[in-house]
Amino acid sequence: MFHSTFDAFETFLFVPDTVTTKGSHIRDSLDLKRTMSIVIIALMPAMLFGMWNVGYQHALSIGATWSFWQTFWYGFIKVLPLIVVSYGVGLSIEFAFAQFRGHEVNEGFLVSGLLIPLIMPVDVPLWMLAIAVAFAVVIGKEVFGGTGYNVFNPALLARAFLFFAYPSHMSGDKVWIAGLTKGQGVIDGFSGATPLAKAAAYQIDQMPSAYDMFMGFIPGSVGETSTLAILIGAAILVITGIGSWKIMVSVFGGGLVAGLLFNTFAVNPYMEIPAWQHLIMGGFAFGAVFMATDPVSASQTEKGKWIYGFLVGFMALLVRVLNPAYPEGMMLSILLMNAFAPLIDYYVVEANIRRRMKRAKKVANV
Amino acid sequence: MSKSIKIKRGLNIPLKGSAEKVLVRLDKAETYGVKPTDFPGLVPKLNVAVGDKVKAGSPLFHDKYRPEVVYPSPVSGEVVDVRRGERRVILEVVVKADGGDNVYENFGPALPEALTREEVIARLLKAGVWPYIKQRPFGIVANPSETPKSIFISCFDTSPLAPDLDFAVQGEEESFQVGVDVLRKLTPGKVHLGLSADFPPAKAFANANGVEHHYFTGPHPAGNVGVHIHHIDPINKGEVVWVVNPLDVIIIGRLFLKGVYDATKVIALAGSEVLKPRFYKLISGASIESIIKDNINSQAQVRIISGNVLTGTRVDKLGYLGFYDNMVTVIPEGNKHEFFGWIAPGLDKHSASRAFLSKLIPSKRFTLDTNMHGGHRAMVVTGQYEKVMPMDIYPMYLIKAILANDIDRMEQLGIYEVVEEDMALCEYVCPSKTEVQAILRKGIETMIKELS
Repeated sequence: MFHSTFDAFETFLFVPDTVTTKGSHIRDSLDLKRTMSIVIIALMPAMLFGMWNVGYQHALSIGATWSFWQTFWYGFIKVLPLIVVSYGVGLSIEFAFAQFRGHEVNEGFLVSGLLIPLIMPVDVPLWMLAIAVAFAVVIGKEVFGGTGYNVFNPALLARAFLFFAYPSHMSGDKVWIAGLTKGQGVIDGFSGATPLAKAAAYQIDQMPSAYDMFMGFIPGSVGETSTLAILIGAAILVITGIGSWKIMVSVFGGGLVAGLLFNTFAVNPYMEIPAWQHLIMGGFAFGAVFMATDPVSASQTEKGKWIYGFLVGFMALLVRVLNPAYPEGMMLSILLMNAFAPLIDYYVVEANIRRRMKRAKKVANV
Repeated sequence: MSKSIKIKRGLNIPLKGSAEKVLVRLDKAETYGVKPTDFPGLVPKLNVAVGDKVKAGSPLFHDKYRPEVVYPSPVSGEVVDVRRGERRVILEVVVKADGGDNVYENFGPALPEALTREEVIARLLKAGVWPYIKQRPFGIVANPSETPKSIFISCFDTSPLAPDLDFAVQGEEESFQVGVDVLRKLTPGKVHLGLSADFPPAKAFANANGVEHHYFTGPHPAGNVGVHIHHIDPINKGEVVWVVNPLDVIIIGRLFLKGVYDATKVIALAGSEVLKPRFYKLISGASIESIIKDNINSQAQVRIISGNVLTGTRVDKLGYLGFYDNMVTVIPEGNKHEFFGWIAPGLDKHSASRAFLSKLIPSKRFTLDTNMHGGHRAMVVTGQYEKVMPMDIYPMYLIKAILANDIDRMEQLGIYEVVEEDMALCEYVCPSKTEVQAILRKGIETMIKELS
């Protein structure tokens, strides 16, 4: 009856006792559960720092000085509901679909379900989050057949959904800091604006220091602010081989190239920001490490990964700097490249086919 | 010595229990079996009935669509059983060996140089050694009416626990050379030997005349003949290459030297559950029981494999050594649950990825069982197959083309250049536990049907 559900819980506790029947008699110990678990472990630094930073930013906004644990506890209480709602809604839908289709429950959402809260403003209403998650899972994934078949990164789809459906809750100066939307606090001279917003308003002098941006002591989505925490995650992904270093490197490379081009042809203060600073602002690093590397929606050929990553980074800065309507370009850039990834792969594979044809022709002509 | 070809992509799986270089001469087994299932696509027609007396070299069955290709008995004795499976498919023809020396069907010795190509083929067919010659594409028994552009022999095996072929061919130099001479008659092109560049090859290989020597170095599948072909003389649409195992070249050589079908070969018995892993000299098709006797761990539940752990066939104690196999592997069954295994550090777990702590001990040898280590999922992770596929082929795209049954695409993506063994590592590393080899065989069958 509830086989998929039972199975999901059983395999959560135990690696199943199924043995090989045909083909290779031995199999690699790596499975999707472990793959996804490692991504979750890699997300831990960003998540924990995000919780602390939520408390820290709130304390700043009300002018309070809190102890470390007080700060962290405040953030924990704020972020936990987001995670619970995200997993609760998403997994319920996943289980229902798996049950309906008679599949085992795919582990893909374990990662998406944690990514979603980390790319949300902390003050996003829970009901909104629930709708976004439902949209991402149903329209983003299940209609295509589930994890492995989706075109777009489900977590980003959840964010994009809210971004376009409820823009007032997804941008501006108030949403990034807990409590501000409810009119709490705000001491004189405090601004809840993200570095991106300040840069877009040409208030370059008011931007936080590069050190603060790298460490993450800035307003922003829950998990995206600390480049350091994200790089720790990146190291875990690259060392274990779970995340594609090619994509990470090429995204950063693409961003850097775009930034340098802006520097060269700068006509406004935003374009003059040193290229490397773009990489530690906003969601760039988080997107490069955790979003662009989603193997399902990224390019699937190794050559394609270089091209895909480069374009993600390049487009992100293009949107960020040149388009006044969108303060951050990473989300849209990755979603756009998700759509183009199959095309990139098509040309890479086509080149392989042409090589083969050419070889055959050469032989035929001899 | 020509320049060696470096294979970069691949994976060596370091298993416990590789065979010690000790040669044991095995007594004649009680029964021998020939399995039509060793020959993909074969529709067998029996030449014998239960109770018939046969000699070594007497045909047991033949190919329904190519009756000249016969499959002989490796020993003299009496046909005692024809085991059938579902829908009466013939699984095994069992011959009870008579005691004492083998009585051979006599085909008379002959020098391959003195014969025409047609005469050589006729001889190979009549004596039943023809099936030792396989063709690429598709990895099926060669079609005697075709002419291959070249013939490949891979003289080293890089698969897990694989026997040292240099050791296995010792003392067979003359038969090997004659076998090579026979093969040279069959192709207007060259006979290529693939050798390991890492250690000096056996005399039989190094001193073979009339062949091209090629040297390879790198991880498995560097020893696969498919990889050699891909790098030396790749197969294009409409082309045919023939391949023969070195141990089988020797059997072909003996037919011309002695005029008999003498299927004696040296195989390895290996694996973590074998008490004393070593080499055995025996006659092809010997019963598994005669090979393993009490040389395996009787406490554990084991899986016996005719062949290597990646591509071999599951057999039980009452089964028989496969026609082409040069080893028997015994590993533990993995039918047990593992508590929170997906998050355990995994010091004793092997993986191509670096997701387990075992990577920190580079020289570690593993005891791997038959557990799947996870459930079947849709393909999610990418780039894993490419890392273990040293060919200019996109394995995942090829597999997807086969799943979509897109014949043009399969052809374009290079299905002619691969057989199961070339993609076995893809199956090993796949975190979604995709049955790559079974899918590939299905694709190959589709292509065979399409082209006939």
